[in-house]
Amino acid sequence: MPQNAENVLDHFELFRQPEYKEMFEKKKQFENPTADAELERVCEWTKTKDYRDKNFAREALTINPAKACQPLGAVFAAVGFEATLPFVHGSQGCVAYYRSHFSRHFKEPTSCVSSSMTEDAAVFGGLNNMVDGLANAYNMYKPKMIAVSTTCMAEVIGDDLNAFIKTAKEKGSVPAEFDVTFAHTPAFVGSHVTGYDNVMKGILEHFWDGKAGTAPALERKPNEKINLIGGFDGYTIGNLREIKRVFASMGVEYTILGDASDVWDTPTDGEFRMYDGGTTLEDAANALHAKATISMQQFCTEKTLPYIAGKGQETVALNFPVGVQATDKFLMELARLTGKPISAELAKERGRLVDAIADSNAHIHGKKFAIYGDPDLTLGLAGFLLELGAEPVHILSTNGGKAWAAKVQELFDSSPFGANCHVYPNKDLWHMRSLLFTEPVDFLIGNTYGKYLERDTGAPLIRIGFPIFDRHHHHRYPVWGYQGALNVLVWILDKIFDEMDHSTNEVGKTDYSFDIIR
Amino acid sequence: MSLVEPETIEELVARNKELIKEVLEVYPEKTAKRRAKHLGAYEEAKSDCGVKSNVKSIPGVMTIRGCAYAGSKGVVWGPIKDMVHISHGPVGCGQYSWGARRNYYVGATGVDTFGTMQFTSDFQEKDIIFGGDKKLSKLIDEVQALFPLNKGVSIQSECPIGLIGDDIEAVSKAKAKEYDKTIVPVRCEGFRGVSQSLGHHIANDSIRDWVFDKQAGKPARFEPTPYDVAIIGDYNIGGDAWSSRILLEEIGLRVIAQWSGDGTIAELEATPKAKLNILHCYRSMNYISRHMEEKYGIPWVEYNFFGPTKIEESLRKIASQFDDKIKEGAERVIAKYRPLMDAVIAKYRPRLAGKKVMLFVGGLRPRHVIGAYEDLGMEIVGTGYEFGHNDDYQRTTHYVKDGTLIYDDVTGYEFEKFVDKIKPDLVGSGVKEKYIFQKMGVPFRQMHSWDYSGPYHGYDGFAIFARDMDMAINAPVWKLTKAPWAA
Repeated sequence: MPQNAENVLDHFELFRQPEYKEMFEKKKQFENPTADAELERVCEWTKTKDYRDKNFAREALTINPAKACQPLGAVFAAVGFEATLPFVHGSQGCVAYYRSHFSRHFKEPTSCVSSSMTEDAAVFGGLNNMVDGLANAYNMYKPKMIAVSTTCMAEVIGDDLNAFIKTAKEKGSVPAEFDVTFAHTPAFVGSHVTGYDNVMKGILEHFWDGKAGTAPALERKPNEKINLIGGFDGYTIGNLREIKRVFASMGVEYTILGDASDVWDTPTDGEFRMYDGGTTLEDAANALHAKATISMQQFCTEKTLPYIAGKGQETVALNFPVGVQATDKFLMELARLTGKPISAELAKERGRLVDAIADSNAHIHGKKFAIYGDPDLTLGLAGFLLELGAEPVHILSTNGGKAWAAKVQELFDSSPFGANCHVYPNKDLWHMRSLLFTEPVDFLIGNTYGKYLERDTGAPLIRIGFPIFDRHHHHRYPVWGYQGALNVLVWILDKIFDEMDHSTNEVGKTDYSFDIIR
Repeated sequence: MSLVEPETIEELVARNKELIKEVLEVYPEKTAKRRAKHLGAYEEAKSDCGVKSNVKSIPGVMTIRGCAYAGSKGVVWGPIKDMVHISHGPVGCGQYSWGARRNYYVGATGVDTFGTMQFTSDFQEKDIIFGGDKKLSKLIDEVQALFPLNKGVSIQSECPIGLIGDDIEAVSKAKAKEYDKTIVPVRCEGFRGVSQSLGHHIANDSIRDWVFDKQAGKPARFEPTPYDVAIIGDYNIGGDAWSSRILLEEIGLRVIAQWSGDGTIAELEATPKAKLNILHCYRSMNYISRHMEEKYGIPWVEYNFFGPTKIEESLRKIASQFDDKIKEGAERVIAKYRPLMDAVIAKYRPRLAGKKVMLFVGGLRPRHVIGAYEDLGMEIVGTGYEFGHNDDYQRTTHYVKDGTLIYDDVTGYEFEKFVDKIKPDLVGSGVKEKYIFQKMGVPFRQMHSWDYSGPYHGYDGFAIFARDMDMAINAPVWKLTKAPWAA
């Protein structure tokens, strides 16, 4: 009997006991398994150039994509506003998925409601669902604002959010003056970053352009403030806190548009805070008057930034700035826009980051990396790797297209370390698998799903991205700013040193190189 | 309202009624009326729990439920490991359900096994406008080219498929013929039905129509024995089906199929040859069990492998369908494990006795796990189903005590209020609920995924269950939630 009360064995050890191993063998005879030799042959074939060519010839099938759908990004953008309840119009299962997905990454609750449309709504439209749903959500959860977005179901049948919300207000679901923003976020267009963009733009339009015809449009009276939009960012907790510190250090007055750093990081002290922090609705409205808006992620704000620019603001689009030069650029843009000097404190932090890189870069120099993830994230990380003297040889994105690929190529061309590097737009992690087999790298950077690639190909995974389900709390650390870059540097180094130790720890075989000082 | 700790059944019932009345106050009148029917307190000797179930969730209330796709792809089909399951439609559904359910298996993933992979047709606008059948057809070709060892394909429909009028059945038939493989179209669009539950039913029916019917007349791949059984409705979460199978084999039965945790298409095909279907998750697989009873004359029994009391009862019940050899086997196995169970209970019961638990889960767990808690001296003070039907609530009457609070398709608001007032020592529910209650200072275990632990089924699983409940409730962190300087 394998189990015992003193030392309870769970799935890690239990199924390795002889009783279970024997059971697995018995089960196999009912499974009609592939013969071992054939299995081995096919397994080896999947690692070849021939397989890679077939794999890259795919036109219809997507396997292990590194992207999610628009509505997920919609919820991300919405929860960043004060006491705002995301309301997703369409099938209810979608909302269960978004809530679970975010909770698995942030280890936090995510509050969001659905209009629970079913077959009758598919036939007759979801107006009643909107009317009842807004009334219920408003009464139960007492939000200050409701941000409506859609699932693919509502988009396919063509529900008109603007008209539905108007009707719901007329029917008294919520008070006429209550803020209900909306954005159409079809899951079959773009990805989660598109959904973020659409909802962010929808919220700004609501406040700036007269609340869907129910109030006068605001007139811009320019002030000296800076708006910052973080974009869909798995590190939003740490990053936005770091950005606030940077702004404070330079004495910049700012508004962060969509600040989820509190609601996804509430304390365990006996009280559940359904809402916490976030951009106040007043600040969202007044953000119109800001001098300029900085987007930390260009591809998360492709519609929002031009909209803001159209109001007369200057806009700056960055690509998930990580590292020395990217942070330099961010700070210099900030200084240029505000006329305020970069603080001595930040200059010192820069020096400390450069100091750390000088101390450690010998271990990174010349190492080959593969990176995958969202368009901006991959650009930011690739830029930092080039700075460290590493070669980001495969850069892949499922939701990055031609424009993204051109930017990545531009980045490669800017550094001698980019000479042998390639960019793969609109590809998935099964493509990456072929790349890692046929053109191996030293390290892989990506989200949790990269662990399957690590297992198959042996490329050690450094977990940076979204979602990260199987490691805890990294989202609480910044990766932006000089301090953030230091975190990224340490995560990369930790993996490199761990790998060095793992590959040199066999007594009597590789005693050398198992150094105590590195 | 002031809540006195109820001492008598009358006080308990009055307290729960008061509590229900209070939560209903938040709703608009129409909603309050509808929700009132889903909340109640069990009254002893009644044939069900007195709540309405399996009806539409109300818009805007924050239901915990999922959809038909989740019931089919996520529950029934997804664990069949040697088939490629296509999430047909936009990318999200497959992405959010990718690898999240912990249906354990062994196999060469990506070569002859595909359980933890995300295959999708990643619908774009043009697919919505022009239809996705051609894409699906090409996609199946690509599956065959890249995964030649696959034993079949299932098409898991997402919402748009049923709305744009695609004919996935025609594509499946044509491709099944071309490749001589099982290709199963499943109409589990998320807007169908009111929860995951219809997805289970649709998935069961698709096995009947696209797997069984195709097998008619074909011989079994093995010599039958009088002791052949199939495990139905165990998804092998954290290895549950394995820690169950080992007991069935130990009493002398031969398990010829697992539905569907660590399952294969060959096992599905072989099941009509079983002598008995043994059904764990009644909710998700009673349909196919009834079908096999009607069509192939295979009887089925429900069983419960949570906690020694129910395991003993279940082993005897299963054995009673067989000859003395199996009956003796059951007694031998019960006797063999009793010292282990006694030791587990001796170790953990003193730390857990008297602790109050509130549950809200899906499938079978809102009732099935109650015995395991009671084996540890714990008490269930509230329970409810995400997507149960009235037959689930009928079965629940055999588990719950008089006065137990019952909440069907509970809303986020209701659940939070109930827990806040009742102050249980443990809540068992899902990942969406976990962090809410932990922030309130209430210990919590995820009872869908076993909170990344498990297995919880069988004797081996009960030891883990007991350990986990102890570590949840008695974790030192719960003494730290209040700062010492705060009053």
